[in-house]
Amino acid sequence: MVHAFLIHTLRAPHAEDTGLCRVLYSCVFGAEKSPDDPRPHGAERDRLLRKEQILAVARQVESMCRLQLQASGRPPMDLQPQSSDEPVPLHEAPRGAFRLAAGDPFQEPRTVVWLGVLSLGFALVLDTHDNLLLAEGTLRLLARLLVDHLRLLAPGANLLLRADRVEGILTRFLPHGQLLFLNDQFVQGLEKEFSAAWPR
Amino acid sequence: MFTAGAESLLQQAREIQAEELRKFCSRVSKLLREEDLGPDAVDCLRRLFLIVSATKYNRRLDKTCVDLLQATLCLPVCPEPLQVLCAAILREMSPSDSLTLSCDHTQSTRQLSLVASVLLAQDDRTEEVRTVAQHILRALESRQPEGPSLRHLLPVISKVVGLSPGVLQEDQTTLLSKRLTDWLRYASVQQGLPHSSGFFSTARARQPGPITEVDGAVATDFFTVLSTGHHFTEDQWLNVQAFSMLRAWLQHSGPEGPGAPDTDDKSELEGSTLSVISATSAAGRLLPPRERLREVAFEYCQRLIEQSTRRALRKGDSDLQKACLVEAVLVLDVLCRQDPSFLYRTLSCLKALHGRLSGDPACVRVLLPLARFFLTHGEAAAVDSEAVYQHLFTRVPAELFHSPMLAFEFVQFCRDNLHLFGGNLSILTLSFPNLFKFLAWNSPALTAEFVALLPALVDASTAVEMLHALLDLPCLTAALDLQLRSWPAPSERPLWDTSLRSPSCLEAFRDPQFQGLFRHLLRPKASGTTERLAPLHQLLQPMASCARVAQCAEAVPTLLHAFFSAVTQIASGALTNQLVLLLLERSDSLYRVPQFEARVHRVLSSQFLALCKLKPSLVVELARHLLEFLGSVSGVHSRASMVTGVVWAVGEYLSVTYDRRCTVEQINKFFEALEALLFEVTQSRPSAALPKCPPQVVTVLMTTLTKLASRSQDLIPRVSLLLSKMRTLAQSPAASSPHGDEGAEAIHTRATELLNLLKMPSVAQFVLTPSTEVCSPRYHRDVNTALPLALRTVSRLVEKEAGLLPG
Repeated sequence: MVHAFLIHTLRAPHAEDTGLCRVLYSCVFGAEKSPDDPRPHGAERDRLLRKEQILAVARQVESMCRLQLQASGRPPMDLQPQSSDEPVPLHEAPRGAFRLAAGDPFQEPRTVVWLGVLSLGFALVLDTHDNLLLAEGTLRLLARLLVDHLRLLAPGANLLLRADRVEGILTRFLPHGQLLFLNDQFVQGLEKEFSAAWPR
Repeated sequence: MFTAGAESLLQQAREIQAEELRKFCSRVSKLLREEDLGPDAVDCLRRLFLIVSATKYNRRLDKTCVDLLQATLCLPVCPEPLQVLCAAILREMSPSDSLTLSCDHTQSTRQLSLVASVLLAQDDRTEEVRTVAQHILRALESRQPEGPSLRHLLPVISKVVGLSPGVLQEDQTTLLSKRLTDWLRYASVQQGLPHSSGFFSTARARQPGPITEVDGAVATDFFTVLSTGHHFTEDQWLNVQAFSMLRAWLQHSGPEGPGAPDTDDKSELEGSTLSVISATSAAGRLLPPRERLREVAFEYCQRLIEQSTRRALRKGDSDLQKACLVEAVLVLDVLCRQDPSFLYRTLSCLKALHGRLSGDPACVRVLLPLARFFLTHGEAAAVDSEAVYQHLFTRVPAELFHSPMLAFEFVQFCRDNLHLFGGNLSILTLSFPNLFKFLAWNSPALTAEFVALLPALVDASTAVEMLHALLDLPCLTAALDLQLRSWPAPSERPLWDTSLRSPSCLEAFRDPQFQGLFRHLLRPKASGTTERLAPLHQLLQPMASCARVAQCAEAVPTLLHAFFSAVTQIASGALTNQLVLLLLERSDSLYRVPQFEARVHRVLSSQFLALCKLKPSLVVELARHLLEFLGSVSGVHSRASMVTGVVWAVGEYLSVTYDRRCTVEQINKFFEALEALLFEVTQSRPSAALPKCPPQVVTVLMTTLTKLASRSQDLIPRVSLLLSKMRTLAQSPAASSPHGDEGAEAIHTRATELLNLLKMPSVAQFVLTPSTEVCSPRYHRDVNTALPLALRTVSRLVEKEAGLLPG
């Protein structure tokens, strides 16, 4: 099962270090249990921990993506794509996976699958025994849906004030973090449902 | 996409003040109280979501606002965007002590699902997980045909069971197993009606026709996730969800119960059961619910495997087929563990599948769970695992090292299944050259994995070869790049670094003269021989600045540390000697990537010292080689850390206390060699070609010479002369330029201290060559027991008493 989904910024590999890696959206499905810790946890402390964990993942994804782009010699990412009509070539987008050891930063060991689309990074935090092929496919699907339905390629677009659409997509395609085996027709059906509830 | 405008928006959201937030909350409350919840409300809630989620610190929202959010979530009629936003805001605030949300007030399963997402984020403070579970099950139990859509509920159950395995009771588990069986096996095989069909639809539209397979043919058997149609019925949706959660559910409700580990002695049971099990399927018999679910799961997986042979019309479906294959194999593995009677039927099916997939590079990722299955159940089934591994370890890494996802999964496969290799670990240890290809190409992602895997890969028979391979890892990266360029071009984007052009390297790669060396570098298995790859280092020099090579080079020191900590556990005396010789030899034969040599030298020198500490007698055993090493002066400047280490080790361990075979003659020989080295190092003028020698080298040489002299006391006059010369040299103005003021100062001080010490030969011997009885009661090693402090103390004592000593 997916523990968390996040979207964050990816800065160009050769740019000067202006600013920090920002998490633009994150959703944690359920809470990580801490059964062995006898101290009563402040609710605020738990929330802080959760946010920090997500930020740690985002930073690591950013550096992995940057290293991969450098290694493959691709030019620094364009922050603005060529034209908003061009479909985003997702099958060529940088992607990868890495494991997080127990305690660093999540209690249990987890796997992160990530995808970089222009200047945004998408990542899924999974259990270690999840079906990685399915996770990859789901992540690519989510990225495509978000780019399409939020029109992320249009100049000046951003997703900060459109979290409702992101949530709508997630409740259908990754409900409660459940990875679904959706063939093309199911995807189309769900997309139609989504478009009905969120007209463009 | 992420413009400066967005950055400022985030900033604003974070910096909003309490007063402003209060005003905003009251505005939100006002909007939410209205009858007609329009776009203004949605817009406000979007902003509120951003405010709450943008900061990692808590935001205190007014109680009225929070209450209204909760109430809106449970309204009977409400546009979805609003409800979703309310749930999202409440979830973002979690865990929170002020929630009064409960499942009781929900009006539909969609709402129940949203409320559950908020409750499950509460860290289970007041048994929310249990409450949610009970509610969901109650909804599932009601079997109304026109009832609420159950589609929204299954994922919640799956999540709940994942978070808290013991939350369902026995009868609830049984009930759910029954429902899952129905959905998996008996979903409708007719296409669903389109939503919009209603009163005015024609007769033809009422008969939508049967479902199809992914290649367009009419479906031949029951509905699965690989069945398609234009519209879907409710139970077909549930079929998809049921399969999506099947594996986790089987593991949860298995005979071992939640949380119980697999045991190895299942294989015995499997072996004995196989002989009495009949091959006929048990579909006809009446089975208890759990067994029935397993039977249905087995049929479902078989059907998926059959469906995956079809050629999908759409790419998305083709990708899904592979994911389904992986899942089918994983589910079959779970089934066979829980009930060995499935093994007979499964094996023939999976063997055929393996045969079909081995030749297809697009399906290589399915081979990994297949291999795991054969590893787990192979004993009981007498499967020829050799053939499985051969293909997997020999061909796959060599051809597909460049795929980051495959590389990750392959290495995880090795790590997670070490216990299954059992006596066959040699397959893994001998394949290390191939495994290193994954590492060389994808070093940032895989370094940590290999650090964890190395202890299993290290073996006494291949250790020397492996050390060579690790030192040549960046060279391997370059060679793999060239290999990719020389393979027939794929239809997609090139996989190598397109910004780097090095025609000379490519020519060298194709040159028959160097074929042997490249072939050795790119070998799939440990060959038992070593080749000196120095010619390749030179040939591939233009590629040393390539980003991928540089990334690999950065990872090597960490890997070397991991290697040495693993190999010292198993190394015999002979192997230790071999490794030391390798270190010395390779320290000037490394691929010249910027900063690589310096870093590797540091690691090699510290590991050399560690090896000496483990086996002090190696200094005496390898005396000849160490002398040769010290004799090659030209290397001193570039190998300063190595030289320092070797010289220090000589001073420390070349004595009778560590090895009885140490002779005075050896001590004298070393003395002469070190004296010559010191002379060379201090007399040669620094120039552009020879950078200055670090002062540490000089001080360690002086100290070691003094130590040797304290053991062979005829050498004391020579050493005293040498030290006085050094002291004078250090004081002269010419010395400060090559060594810097501090360096010259240190040399001067050390020379003085050593000279003072030598005035009392027996004390010198005690300080510089302490016997083991003196060393061993040291209960801790710290600065206070270090030699420099001892020298300083003695020196000060001597200077104080200088007037009282003779001569």
